[in-house]
Amino acid sequence: MKVITQEEISSLVARLCIQANTSLPADIRAALDRARQEEPWPLAQTTLGLLQDNLTLAGKKCLPICQDTGMACVFVELGQQVVLEGDLEEAIHEGVRRGYEAGYLRKSVVGDPLNRVNTGDNTPAFITTHLVPGDTLTITVAPKGAGSENMSRLAMLKPADGVEGVKEFILDTVLKAGSNPCPPIVLGIGIGGSFDKVAYLAKKALLRPIDQPNPDPYYAALEEELLEKINATGIGPQGFGGRTTCLGLAIEQMPTHVACLPVAVNMSCHVTRRATGSL
Amino acid sequence: MEYRLTTPLTREALAPLRAGDTVLLSGIVYTARDAAHKRMTEQLDRGEELPFPIQGAAVYYVGPTPERPGCCIGAAGPTTAGRMDSYTPRLLDLGLAAMIGKGARSQAVKDSVVKNGAVYLGALGGAGALMAASVEELEIIAWPDLGCEAVRKLRVKDMPLTVLLDPAGGDLYQSGPAAYLASLEKNDL
Repeated sequence: MKVITQEEISSLVARLCIQANTSLPADIRAALDRARQEEPWPLAQTTLGLLQDNLTLAGKKCLPICQDTGMACVFVELGQQVVLEGDLEEAIHEGVRRGYEAGYLRKSVVGDPLNRVNTGDNTPAFITTHLVPGDTLTITVAPKGAGSENMSRLAMLKPADGVEGVKEFILDTVLKAGSNPCPPIVLGIGIGGSFDKVAYLAKKALLRPIDQPNPDPYYAALEEELLEKINATGIGPQGFGGRTTCLGLAIEQMPTHVACLPVAVNMSCHVTRRATGSL
Repeated sequence: MEYRLTTPLTREALAPLRAGDTVLLSGIVYTARDAAHKRMTEQLDRGEELPFPIQGAAVYYVGPTPERPGCCIGAAGPTTAGRMDSYTPRLLDLGLAAMIGKGARSQAVKDSVVKNGAVYLGALGGAGALMAASVEELEIIAWPDLGCEAVRKLRVKDMPLTVLLDPAGGDLYQSGPAAYLASLEKNDL
C-alpha cells in the first residue's frame, strides 16, 4: 500500500505538460535525424533540417516546439495497491491548469463543441485510466494538436475487406490528409475491437516509441509494409514533395466481433509529444 | 527564386511569384484564425469596418502561445488554412493580398487567388519556435476575449515563407510531389 496525495499528482502533471511541449521524445528525434540523412530530394532534406533547427531553437529559447500545445491527453496507470488521498481527476485537471500557465503554453480548449468559449486554462484534461498490478502510479501526458487530429479517420470495414481493405483505408487517409497534418507524420493505427475501442487503440498506438515494432511478427511486417507504401506517395515533408512523408507508425490490434473489422487512424505530426513520470 | 517583399503588397509585386519560390516578408502581418474570421464576416454582413485595413494586407493564420516576459511572442507556427476557406474569397475580393498558413485550399480559394492576383504563402508547419524568430513586435488590436485567437498586429522582418499558390494558378502541393515522383521515374536520384 502506498499513499499518494492530490498535490503530488498535480505537481507531476504540471511538470510533464511543460516537458512534453518543449522537448521531443528520443525516438522521434532519432527518426527525424535518420529521415534527413536518407532523404534523396534536396528541398525535402532542407525542410527536415529546418524542423530540426526548430527543435534546437525551442530548447534554447524555452519555447514550445509547436504553437498548438494541444489538448492535454493524459494516460494513467494506477497500481491497485495505491491509496489516493483526494480526487485523481481533479488532481490531473489542476496539474494541466498549472503546467499550461507556468509553461506559457497555449490554452486551446473550448468548453462546448458548438458554443465554443475557451475555458482559459486548457482544462479539462482528456483522461484515460487503467488499473494495473502494484503500488505505482504512472502518468503519461501526450499533448495532441488539432492540425493532425482533424485528419484522423475511422471505418467499420467488412470482414471480407480483409487486410487489403485495411491497407487501402490507411493509405487513402494519408492521401486525403496530404499537407494538412504537417508531414512528416506519425500514425497510430487501431485494428479490431468495437467502434469506441478501435479509436482508443489508435490513440494508444501513438504512445509506443516508433522504433519499437509490434511484438506480433504479422503486424510488425504490416507496419513495415505500410510505412514503405506511405513513403512512396511523394507527399514529402510539409507536402512539398519528397520521400519522408511518414516517420513511423504503430499498429495496436485486439479481438473483435465475427461481423466486424474496425480500423482507426489517429494522425500525428513530427511533433508527436509524450512525457511520462511515476509516483 | 527568392523575393524580399514589404507590406502593403501590390498586385504588381506579387505577379512574378511562382509556387515553390521563397519569400522573405517584412512589414505588418495581421493574425486571424477560425473565430476571428467568423467575426470579421459578421462585421462585413453588418456593413462595419474590419479591425485592420484589408487592402494589400497579409493575414497569418496563427494562434501563438503566450509570450514569456521579455519576449514579444511565444511559439507562432501556422495553423491549417483550409478551415478558413469558406471566408476567404470574400476577403480576397476586398483586397487581401497574401495569406500565410499551411495545408491545401479549396478550388474556390485557388480561383480567387488567380482572379485577384493574390498569393498563399506557406509557413513551416510545426516549427513554432522558428517562425516566431522573425516577429519583432506584437499588439492585440481586436477581440482579446478570443485569447490565442484574438487579432494581433505583428511587425515581422524577413519572415521565411514558401509560395504555395501563385497568381498564375500554380500549386506547390501539386507540383512539388509530382516533380519528386517524376525524378524517381527518371532515376535522377
